[in-house]
Parts: sequence; structure tokens; C-alpha cells
Amino acid sequence: MAASEVILEVNNLRKEFDGVVAVENLSFQLHRGEILGLLGVNGAGKTTAMNMILGLTEPTSGSIHAFGLPMPKSRIAILRRCNFCSAYAPLPSNLLVWQNLLIFSLIYGVKNRRQRTAALLELLEITPLRQRVTGHLSSGESTRVNLCKALLNSPELLMLDEPTASLDPDIADKVRKTLRRVQREDGVGMLYTSHNMRDIEEVCDRVIFIHHGQVVAEGTPQDVVRQSDHASLEEMFIDLARAGGKA
Amino acid sequence: MQLHVIAGLILRYVLLYSRNAIRLIELVFWPVVDLMVWGFLTVFLKENTSGDFPHFITFLIGAMIFWDILFRAQQGLAISFLEDVWTRNLLNVFVAPVRPSEYIVATALVGMLRVGVTVIVLTILAAFAYAFRLWDFHFLLIPFFANLLIFGWSLGIVSVSLILRFGQAAESLGWAVPFLIQPISAVFYPVSVLPVWLQPLALALPSTHVFEGMRAVLAGNPLPQSNLLLAFGLNALYLALAAWLFALTLRNARQRGLLVKIATQ
Repeated sequence: MAASEVILEVNNLRKEFDGVVAVENLSFQLHRGEILGLLGVNGAGKTTAMNMILGLTEPTSGSIHAFGLPMPKSRIAILRRCNFCSAYAPLPSNLLVWQNLLIFSLIYGVKNRRQRTAALLELLEITPLRQRVTGHLSSGESTRVNLCKALLNSPELLMLDEPTASLDPDIADKVRKTLRRVQREDGVGMLYTSHNMRDIEEVCDRVIFIHHGQVVAEGTPQDVVRQSDHASLEEMFIDLARAGGKA
Repeated sequence: MQLHVIAGLILRYVLLYSRNAIRLIELVFWPVVDLMVWGFLTVFLKENTSGDFPHFITFLIGAMIFWDILFRAQQGLAISFLEDVWTRNLLNVFVAPVRPSEYIVATALVGMLRVGVTVIVLTILAAFAYAFRLWDFHFLLIPFFANLLIFGWSLGIVSVSLILRFGQAAESLGWAVPFLIQPISAVFYPVSVLPVWLQPLALALPSTHVFEGMRAVLAGNPLPQSNLLLAFGLNALYLALAAWLFALTLRNARQRGLLVKIATQ
């Protein structure tokens, strides 16, 4: 595993919706096996940036390269090596858990589907949920099933949009530990958004603070806190939100 | 195109039916109701009019079954897309390595499955209830059947494009689009019944040539080649136009953020 290999490169990314700038001049790199936190208040541009990286939204200007391939031109080739998990994009509620996992393992062309799914269910401690209706799961169970889907194709790059939102501390801790384990054992690079600063401090190797679509701070969670003269990331987050971007 | 992607998407829509008996009933409920209404109407007309009536009966029942082919094919695309919107699964599909063409092919095949189920049920019912035996016409009607299927797919692609462009507020278009063309498709009456100024518009639709041709076959005439060729030609044009519209709408949706908006509404 080449620790310094860049798997995602974003340059001068800009997105404007009907005259409103959502993302402005955003540039960063993500290395293989690194977890990069994308932080910011609601409406800061995190999700828009992630949507552009996933090819859901086209940038107004700037470029995105994943594994050296340009997005959106090489969208399919990139998405085969990525996956996505969001608290706001649950799997179809009217199907059973195993049915949803079978469908997505087919879509992603997963080899040894049965073994791969069984191993992930075991890893996430949700094997007993196989026969349950997805819509009847608790938010903690649903998040782990979603994460199971996100790991089906052994992604090299994982996009996580608030994966621990609305989870109790115990489940949130399990999810964080699982992500760390996957990062360590499989060298998965992750782009991680969250409003939970504990999550960020515990999981992310590096963070980027964005506000009004622009980067206002960057570095390891400890460096960012130190440079900003705050006691914690949480304090910095609150100050940033209230001061309009000057931390 | 990757077959495993198409298989995964088809499985997703087919499993929905296995999970909900109401959906299965819905698949045959309205067609059966329609068949009963048109069937009993023709029985009533037969008993109260004279002349060359048996053909008239076959026209109405045949037209009803044929119309359902077009409608169900369109529904396969439109409703499958709406299912993804309603269950907020659209985001998961569009961040997966799914090409738009694979998505369209999968939903079109789902439409074909829906058509298959409906036509089998209606054909059996029409034979028992009204002595209308579709199989008496052997394979003569199959080319018309294929044309309606293709036109239904085109209308389905247009419906999906409109929903993508205008959001969930436009979801009723998922059902309405076929009915916009029904009055001028000469489904239950010949195109000559329409006002003269409307006839060119009617003849610009493949469905009109299908229903005109179907009436000729049901009346015992040979397969009208001209109707068939026109229908296939127009279908090729409309399918290409629908695909172009979808590509354009999808690109516009990606530029304006509409894809994410409709997926997370």
C-alpha cells in the first residue's frame, strides 16, 4: 500500500446555483488510506462538494480527478472503485436487508457475493438482520446496513455523509471503530462529513473547514485547533458559525 | 452495457412485487376493469344493433388489450423511476456505476414484464368472457404488439425526463402522458373520424398506424405492410428523440443540482 498515493484531487472547484455560490475555489487532495474530514456549518458547501465528486452535480468550473481519472468524463470507471454512505440516503425501505444487499452486489459486480456479504454482516455485527425489512430497522441498524452496502465492492474511496447522524453513542462508537478498521486493514481512503466534532477528532487524519464554500482552515484536527487558538474543534466550529467564517 | 447492472436493477423492481400483494393486484386490476366495461358495452351494442357487428366487438376488445400494452410499457419506466424517488433510492442508484442507458434498458424490460403479465391475463379473460381469442390471429398481431411496446418505452422515457425536470410535483405525468395521445391515436375508432385538421397529427404517431393496422387484421384483411413500416419508422424516430431528451434533461439536472434535489425530497 503506497501511503502517499493521491486517489482524489480537487482543484479550484466552484459551483454556482442561479447566482448563489455554493462552493468557491475548493482544492484538496486525499491520499490512499487517509480519512479526510470535510467540516462546516449547514449550507457551507460540504454536501455540494461531495455531490460533485460523486458525479451527481456538475461543477461550474474547476476539476476533479479520482485515481487519476477525470470526473465526470470517467464517471463509471471512478464509481466502480468508490462507494457512498449517507444518513440521508437509506436503502429501499420496502425490501429485506438481504435483498437490498444482493441488488447492490449485482449492480457493483461483486464477485463471491454470498461470502462477501456474509463477511461484512459479521464485521458490522448485523448478521441477524438479514431477513428483516429494511424500513423496520432502527437508525443504528439502518446505518450499519447502509455501511455494509457501501463496503460491498471493496471500495478504494469511500464517501461518508454524516454516517453517525442520529446514532446513540454506543452505535456511533462501533461505526467509528469499524471505519478505522477498514481504513487500517484495506487502505480505504475516506471523505467524511459530520457535525459531530468527536467523530472528526477520533476518525479523521486531516480536516478541511469550509465556510460559504471556501476553505478557512486545513490540517490535522490537532493542528487546526492549535492554529486557530481554540480549545477544541467544537469551540472552533461554533465560533466559525457565529463569526461568519473568521476563526 | 453491463448485464449484471441491468440484472441488479431489474431484480430491485421485481422484488417489490414479491414484497407486496397489492402491487400484483394493481397490475391486473385496472386492465380487468377496463376489459369488463368495454366487453359488456360491446355485448349490449351487439344485442341492440344489427349489421356487421362481430367485427365491432373484436375492434373494441382488441383495442383495449392493445392500448394496455402501450400503457404498461410506459408505466414500467415511469413507475420504476418514481419507486426510486419515493423510497429515496435514486441517490444510491446514481452514485453507483450505473449508466443512464443501463437504467433505461432495465426499466424498459420491467415494462415488458408488466405487459406480459397483463396481456396473458386479459387474453385468457377475453377468451372466456367474450369469446375473443387473440391467438386466432396467430402471429399477425405480433409486429403491432412490438410497435406499441417500443412507443410505450419512448413515452416512458419522456415521462421520466419530465419528472426529472419538474420534480415530484410532476409525478402525475407518470400516468398522464399516454392519455395525452390516446384521443388522437385512433384506439377505438378509425382515424377518419377525427377532424381533418387533426388527422396529420394523428398520423404522425406510430400508435395510430398500429390501431389502424390492427383493425384491418381483426377484420380478416392481410397484414397492412404500409401501416407496419410507418409505425416502425416513426418509432425509430421517437425513440431516438426520447433518448436525446433524457440525455439532455439528465445533463441539465446535473448542472442545476436537480438530481440531488429530487433524490432527497
